[in-house]
Order: sequence, then C-alpha cells, then structure tokens
Amino acid sequence: MASPVTTLEQQRSSPAVPVKGVRRRRRPKLTGWAYAAPTALFVLIFFVVPVILVARMSVSDWGLFTGDRGWNAPENYSDVLDDRLLWPAVWFTIKYTVVTTVILLGLALGLAMLVQESSRWTGFLRSSFLVPSALGLASASLLFYALYSPQSSPLGFLGIDSFLGTPSSALWSTVVLIVWRFAGFYMLLLLVGLQSIPGDVYEAARLDGATRAQTFRHITLPLLKPSLALCAILCVTGSLLAFDQFYILTKGGPDNSTITIVQLVYNMAFYGQNNLGRAAALSILILAALLVVNVLQFRGLRGKED
Amino acid sequence: MRTPQHIVGGGLAVLFLSPLVWSAVASVSPQAGTRQTAGWGFGNYQTLANYQAGIGQYLLNSTVVSVLTVLFTLGVSLLGGYAFAMFRFPGRNLLFLVTLAILMVPYATLLIPLYVLLNDLGLQNSLLGLALVLTMFQLPFAVFMMRISFEAVPKELGESALVDGCGSFRALLHIMLPAVRPGLITVGLFAFLAAWNDFITPLVLISDSDKAPLPLAVANMRQQVMGIVDYGATEAGVVTLALPCIVLFLALQRHYVRGFLSGALKG
Repeated sequence: MASPVTTLEQQRSSPAVPVKGVRRRRRPKLTGWAYAAPTALFVLIFFVVPVILVARMSVSDWGLFTGDRGWNAPENYSDVLDDRLLWPAVWFTIKYTVVTTVILLGLALGLAMLVQESSRWTGFLRSSFLVPSALGLASASLLFYALYSPQSSPLGFLGIDSFLGTPSSALWSTVVLIVWRFAGFYMLLLLVGLQSIPGDVYEAARLDGATRAQTFRHITLPLLKPSLALCAILCVTGSLLAFDQFYILTKGGPDNSTITIVQLVYNMAFYGQNNLGRAAALSILILAALLVVNVLQFRGLRGKED
Repeated sequence: MRTPQHIVGGGLAVLFLSPLVWSAVASVSPQAGTRQTAGWGFGNYQTLANYQAGIGQYLLNSTVVSVLTVLFTLGVSLLGGYAFAMFRFPGRNLLFLVTLAILMVPYATLLIPLYVLLNDLGLQNSLLGLALVLTMFQLPFAVFMMRISFEAVPKELGESALVDGCGSFRALLHIMLPAVRPGLITVGLFAFLAAWNDFITPLVLISDSDKAPLPLAVANMRQQVMGIVDYGATEAGVVTLALPCIVLFLALQRHYVRGFLSGALKG
C-alpha cells in the first residue's frame, strides 16, 4: 500500500526531476485530492449530509407533506417505542434472522463441500447454484409469489393448503425463497475459504488416519472460521434489514404477523402515518442496534478464533 | 463414494434451476385468468406491453438508470481507486473509512433523508437522482475493488510512465487503465445488477408511475385490475427482468467470482 506512494514521492524529488523543488513536492497531495474529489463529493452529498439530516429529522416534527415543524423530542422516540407493532416486528425479525442464518449457512457449507473439487460437472453445479443470485431479490420474490399462488402454482402435489395464509407458513415460504436466492452466493464465499486451506494439511490428516468426520470437525471447520464469520455477519445484517421479500410476498400479512422492522420504517414514513420524523427516529434506533450487533459478532467470532 | 454425490448434486441442481424454468414455461403456457387462456403463445407479454405506460417505457427507465449508475460508478471508482492506491494526501484514510462506512448504514435509514434532500436539490422523481443514489450505494465495493486493482499493478509500470514524462492523468489513461480493466468489469457488472434489480430505492424515491423502473412496475401491476392478480403477466415480467441478468451473469461469471475472491482475500 505504501510502496507506490513512496515511489511517486521519490520520483518528484529525485535528481531526474530537479526543477521547482517545493512546488513539485506539494503536487502529489493536490493531484491525489483531485482524483479523490468525485468520491469525496458523492460521499459528502449522498451519505454524510443524509446521516446528519436523519439525526435532525429524528428529533423534529417532520411530516411527509408538511416538512419540518420544529423540535419534537423525545416524543418521536417514545412514540416509536409505544407503537403497538414495534415489538412484534422486532421479535419476528429476530426469529426470521436466526432461522435464515442457520439454514442458509448450513446449506451453503454443504454445497461448497459438494463442489469443492474442480471438474466440468462441479463447474456446472456451481453455475446452477449461483444463477439465482443473478436475479434481483424483488424479481425472485415475484417469481415465488406466482409459484405460491393457488391459481398458478405447480406445487399442488406437495399437499400444502396455503403457502402464505398462516403466520408460520408465510415465514417458512419466505425462508425457502431466500435460501434459493442466496445459497449460491454464500457457497461461493465459503468455497473461496475452502480452497485457501492448503492441501498438505488434509494429506497429513489422512496419513494420521483421521476419518472424514474428524477431518471436517478438526481441520475444515476451524480453518474455515474467517469465511464463516464473514458469511454470518453478512447474513445476519441482511436478514435484520429484510424488506423486499416481505413487501412483495406477504405485505406484512397475515394479520401483521410478518412485518419486519424496515417495513415498519417504510410504513411510518410513506404508508399511512406519513411521519418522517418518527420513521427517522426508528431508523436511528435500527442503526444503533445494528452497530451493537456487529460489534458483538466481531468480538464473539474473534474470541472463538483465539 | 462418487455416485451418491453425483445424484445429490444433480438433484440439487434441478431444484435450483426448476423455479427459473417453470417461470419461463408458465409465462407462455395456457392458463385461466390470463390473456393466454388457450394454446401456447406470448399473450402474457402483450398484457405486459400494454400495461399503463407500456413495458417499453419501464424497460427504458430501467436501462437509463442502470447505464447511468454503471457510468457514474466506473468513473468515480476509477479515479478514487487511483487516488487511494497511488497518492498520499491529507484525509486519505479518513475518506476511505467513511466510504466503507456506507455499508454499515441500512438503506432505509439513508432513504428517508435522501427523499427530503433530493426534493431540495430538485431531483425528486427523477431517474438521474435515482442513479446518483444507487451509485453512492455501490461506492464501498467499487472503490475498494479499484483500490486493490491499482495496488496489484506492478510498480515498474507506473514508474516508467512517469519517467517518460507522462503526467499522472496520461499515465492513468494509457498505462494503468488496461492493467485494471478486469477490476472495472467486475465493478461494472455488480453496479449493473444492483441498479437493474433495486426495489426499495425507487419505491421510496419515485412516485410518478411513468418513471418507475421495471421491478417496481411489475410489482405494482399485481394490484391493478380490481384486485385480481394476473399471474401470467407477472411471470412474463419476471422473465423480462431476469433474462438480462442471467445472460450477463453467465457471460461474465469469471468476473463475478473475482469480486468474491478480492473480498475474501483482503477482508
């Protein structure tokens, strides 16, 4: 990282380019900033300013159509915490996250082990598992929406009355969709990890007479921990912020049983309540919770590694 | 030991591919409650073509947004990656960290203030505004990817260009650009897939239905026609949405995988 920089600076001050010592030496800084300026502008206007704005909105009485109508804290926050849909949404989101993460990572690990060696056949398998990842989450949700509908479903032979009609069937149907869409994605991440394990470690284990189960338990899993940690963090974060799949498949139903936290933010802001201040307060709380969850995950996974 | 693995693998491949195949077949097969009630044909695609502003308009919206997002992302991350990899300037590490911090903030948290901000900038309801926001969401991955692409270029290459008296911009254009082309393809592919498929960003930022990109238009279509869902047209919409992504993905699979390699090796 540092080496290209020093070369440029040496270049500027080396005898080969002797003229205008001081001004020349300053130029790399200016040139560097010039190239970084578009990134800085984008980050400033579309990220830093919105983050400051959302903090301000969260303490303001800010309607969707009325705009800023002055200070309204801590009412925004207490209104959010008193919302009758908040705690059911929190619990549902956590339940969904745990179920999805466990199933998805387990399946992805299995798939990665299955296609670990490279041959034409495993190449075909990898592509088949990965193709759903090219679809957008919204497209995949629309596909399964038709797949689950009583009118057009080809899944009648499964003998399931309704895929989305009861709270638990709606949850499981959505999990199936998410597993289908993301299994290949996590398989690929784990595959990268698997292939970075040196072959001679396995060779040594084989010579010591380790069984396949022992090899998996004592070699593959520990050495795969960094990749598994990355997948877990991505999957937990993604699931806690789930929106598209529930917005399209269930609309939060039946009986508001599948409302996620992000859906609640959307509903507060644009659907019904039209209260941007309250939605901003909830999204600040989500941001804080997410930071805590990620720090804990980092700590926990680090700790186990040592 | 091999044969059972083959059977399991083949079965799983069928399971993963069958929803896609079903959707393609169902979109052209006869089905009650759709325009394609008897015989095979493209009736469902005709429904789609005549829906409100017409599928042509929505395809155009999606194409404009995706192309703009890809161009902005490529331009910004090419220059940004070059700056972070090759120059030392005050605030360099801070700017890089803030760029990566975009990943930590949920979409919804950013979209609420962005809705207000784009109004103030006169970019409400505009495809340009949508593309600018989508570009911002792509920047953490894109800038990171381009930075490590530039860092992987042999030092001698850049040095020799500067010794020959090239300015840093000419060195970038003529010497570095060809060397980082694979990184650019990966960044462009991810930006396209993200922009083409994004749902919640246009849902929040675009309220004029004529400006909706395709995913939003197909999702809205389900609620039309007096609450009766036309599943045939939905399937046709899914096929239209998925086809470009699958073709691009199969053609550029190598570059898609590289995105993961870089993340796993460096991260």
